[in-house]
Amino acid sequence: MRQRSLVILTSVLTTGALTLTACGSRDNGKSGDSGSGNTLTIGVDAPLSGENSTTGLGIQYGVQIAVDDANKNNWVPGVKFKVNALDDKAQPATGQSNATSLVGDDKTIGAVGPLNSGVAQSMQQVFTSANMVEISPSNTNPELTQGKNWQTSKKRPFKTYFRTATTDALQGGFAATYAYNGLKKKKAFVVDDKQTYGAGLAKIFNASFSKLGGKIAGTDHVNTGDKDFSSLVTRIKKSGADILYYGGQYDESSLITKQLKDAGVKIPLFGGDGMFASTYIETAGKASEGDLATSVGVPADTLPAAKQFIQTYKSKGYKGDYAAYGAYAYDAATAIIKAVKAAVDANGGKLPSDIKNGLRAKVVDGVQKANFEGITGKVSFDQYGDTQNKQLTVYQVENGKWKAVKTGTFNG
Amino acid sequence: MNTLPQQLANGLLLGSMYGLIAIGYTMVYGIVQLINFAHGEIFMTGAFGALTVYFYILPGGTSMWAAVPLMLVGGGIVAILVAVGAERFAYRPLRQAPRLAPLITAIGLSLALQEVVRNFYPGADKARAFPSLDTTHDLGSVTIKDADIFLIVAAAVCMSALAWFVRKSRTGRAMQATAQDPDTAQLMGIDTNRIIVVAFAIGGFFAAVAAVSYGLKYGNIDYRMGFLMGLKAFTAAVLGGIGNIYGAMLGGLVLGIAETMAATYINNIPGMQQLGGQSWANVWAFCLLILVLLLRPQGLLGERVADRA
Repeated sequence: MRQRSLVILTSVLTTGALTLTACGSRDNGKSGDSGSGNTLTIGVDAPLSGENSTTGLGIQYGVQIAVDDANKNNWVPGVKFKVNALDDKAQPATGQSNATSLVGDDKTIGAVGPLNSGVAQSMQQVFTSANMVEISPSNTNPELTQGKNWQTSKKRPFKTYFRTATTDALQGGFAATYAYNGLKKKKAFVVDDKQTYGAGLAKIFNASFSKLGGKIAGTDHVNTGDKDFSSLVTRIKKSGADILYYGGQYDESSLITKQLKDAGVKIPLFGGDGMFASTYIETAGKASEGDLATSVGVPADTLPAAKQFIQTYKSKGYKGDYAAYGAYAYDAATAIIKAVKAAVDANGGKLPSDIKNGLRAKVVDGVQKANFEGITGKVSFDQYGDTQNKQLTVYQVENGKWKAVKTGTFNG
Repeated sequence: MNTLPQQLANGLLLGSMYGLIAIGYTMVYGIVQLINFAHGEIFMTGAFGALTVYFYILPGGTSMWAAVPLMLVGGGIVAILVAVGAERFAYRPLRQAPRLAPLITAIGLSLALQEVVRNFYPGADKARAFPSLDTTHDLGSVTIKDADIFLIVAAAVCMSALAWFVRKSRTGRAMQATAQDPDTAQLMGIDTNRIIVVAFAIGGFFAAVAAVSYGLKYGNIDYRMGFLMGLKAFTAAVLGGIGNIYGAMLGGLVLGIAETMAATYINNIPGMQQLGGQSWANVWAFCLLILVLLLRPQGLLGERVADRA
């Protein structure tokens, strides 16, 4: 008897869930269709809640400002743009379902995002099958554009994937060079969080630092979500390292640096752009003083062309942090809009009627050929979909703020 | 430098925290045979209650000597209210239902509490800074800080008080009776509903003590902090023998020390480099649990049924 009621309960729940999902997707479709016939949607996929949301929101509003500018200045005559921002919660599975819903919408022409390399891996195939352009302002894992064996033979796996950020191959090497030559550190302890991004970064740092003549005092891995790193800290203390390199996000690194310094180990923690956010300093407090992070690109505040962008961002009171990727998200969205314009111009000033099977492919071509002055510098892509604008910056925490200590271009 | 004393201290501290939370699981299980999976979230709300006292009630610049007891009170009140409220409105109506129903309710409640804090507590969608006690002391080769001392003292005081309460006080003996046989206890004139509320309240208060120590030690809290800590504390309760309050504390300490030792020393064993380090700590902790359950299914102290409460 009880078993039967369980079966009934399960089937009711399942049916309910299915109905709800069905409703959900139908609603999404409708909202895409509404509005005038010549409104195109640019999708955004980034973590908008939970961990990483500070940087994720910076991407969403970066795209929003680009779209507002395009509409205000009538960049593509007769065509308006709008943003459809989806929250991937930094989870690959959610990113994939967001990608599916974006490609399923008739009016969506391209997407900006995601923030995390691990999420990107689950989305690339979806976009490529639908021939829709995807530009990430922040993914830095080399595999995404240059294939699994990028160290030996580069091969582009997905022709619709582009990025305005440079890769970890450069970030890890840039950090190692600065640690060894700039900071004169000789013994590094390397820790990563086993994620695509963090492990990749740590591996490259490790290799470059050893190549320069530095010594690796030890390596370890942590789990995302861990809170207690006391045993790791004790090992670092014993190893006698004079710098700790961490590949991962600020959620863990802010705890590690705090516990490290509380244990009396006064060595700086050096990381990648995943921990370059104000949240890192807020959660680690005084312990973050002197810590370093590399980030792709140069700080938005120092770009002469980005002044207007920052002003708009601040005056609109947008949440999140524009400094890291806001400007790169702006340029990514602009690249899509310019590609639409090129397609419209080629079609005699009219928007091609078949968006799904005609315009999307033309936009992919257009982005590949992009060549314009964006607010972060020149926007153009190489044969792998990587940006040709390989700017990097080292930041250091000084009096509770990230401060750029070295900017430069780096080619490995 | 010999790291063993330091690593033992690390494990002991982590274990004390697990133990304090595990009390809540084990007491509730001992009396109503319910695994309260929302207990990790009660721990989390306790932390946010303490944070509220510090940031929104106390004037800025209050000395920590005054602030910590008040935070304990604030966190305790919030955690007890949530725990007792959960019992009254979520579990009591299901007391006679099949066991699966309250279990699923607990899981649902756990998600609901997380989302409530995430959506309605200001700034709780990411980690929030918590006042921490960072002054460090060197005792030989061991470095500990004020927050660690607070944790150890709080855990010891709470455990002794609980042991005394369960053995000596009238309510405590009534709890033991209810745990042994609720129906007979009721026939003897014990108000079992009240006893169950007391069990939830004690569990909630212990979780709040753990939550304040957590905040003081790690310096930040977030709405997901209860999930993993709750899971570990549940493991500790099972390891020690669920239903047994001494078992919960012992299980916590064993688990904490095992994790720390595994993270530190396993990769020094030849051929095991790949299986050591911080990221494998959880794996070894759960291996230990499986091993204990295989050899002693009732847990480390599971046989002392008379003391369970």
